[in-house]
Amino acid sequence: MHELMTRESLMKAIQELQFAAVDLGLFLDNYPRHQKALADYNMYTQQLIQLRRAYEVKFGPLTHFGYAPSQYPWQWVCGPWPWEI
Amino acid sequence: MWVYEKKLQYPVKVCNKNVQMAKFLITQYGGPDGELSAALRYLNQRYTMPTGKAKALLTDIGTEELAHLEIIATMVYQLLKDATLDELKEAGLGGHYAQHDRALFYTDSNGVPWTAAYIQGMGDPITDLHEDMAAEQKARTTYEHLINLSDDPGVKDSLRFLREREVVHFQRFGEALVDIYDYVDRKKFY
Repeated sequence: MHELMTRESLMKAIQELQFAAVDLGLFLDNYPRHQKALADYNMYTQQLIQLRRAYEVKFGPLTHFGYAPSQYPWQWVCGPWPWEI
Repeated sequence: MWVYEKKLQYPVKVCNKNVQMAKFLITQYGGPDGELSAALRYLNQRYTMPTGKAKALLTDIGTEELAHLEIIATMVYQLLKDATLDELKEAGLGGHYAQHDRALFYTDSNGVPWTAAYIQGMGDPITDLHEDMAAEQKARTTYEHLINLSDDPGVKDSLRFLREREVVHFQRFGEALVDIYDYVDRKKFY
């Protein structure tokens, strides 16, 4: 299913999942023993890892510093940058 | 350390070039209650927080504020991108052009440059968390003013997201403050 997604729709899905992860993370900072929130955090994080991988294969790395490999030539320098979209 | 992710936290869709709106928005870039102030305030205060929970919260909210800084920068950049010199002058950005051309710079809406005097680090976690809660409310109010000033549905949408995050951060800081009060009391009577 990921192969069918456009850059924009894949990015939107990543933004949605990451929003859930960020927001749950802030909540968990205050309530580290909240089991339901933790289970949700782990579920969204799993989905996010998969979607990020799908995006990076198609459109290049979202991060570097050793977090994602690059094809030749070094893909990090390729646009568009987030403020140009 | 920090790792950059080549994406915005929330999409920005600027419908029309609007130099005047860029001038208003820039205060959330480098103004007193803007995202730079927020990020630097929290990331600096975290070192003297007494609990792991508070250190984590300030690290994470401070990091999220850097993402918000990028959202504001993106809006300002796009609103200014193809502005003519006349449009800049008309919107009161002639002074900005003289010093910065169309580059972004950390100023408020009136061109006053960012200063560390906007933020504090008192070393007292109760005092610092109160400052943080006030900062979130000031930023929320600023976003409401900016939403009122904008007639661009794309800009309004991103601003509504940012406003909502201020509300959530205020809530989380409030919970952290209650927890720190408990922590301080436990220490006193242990």
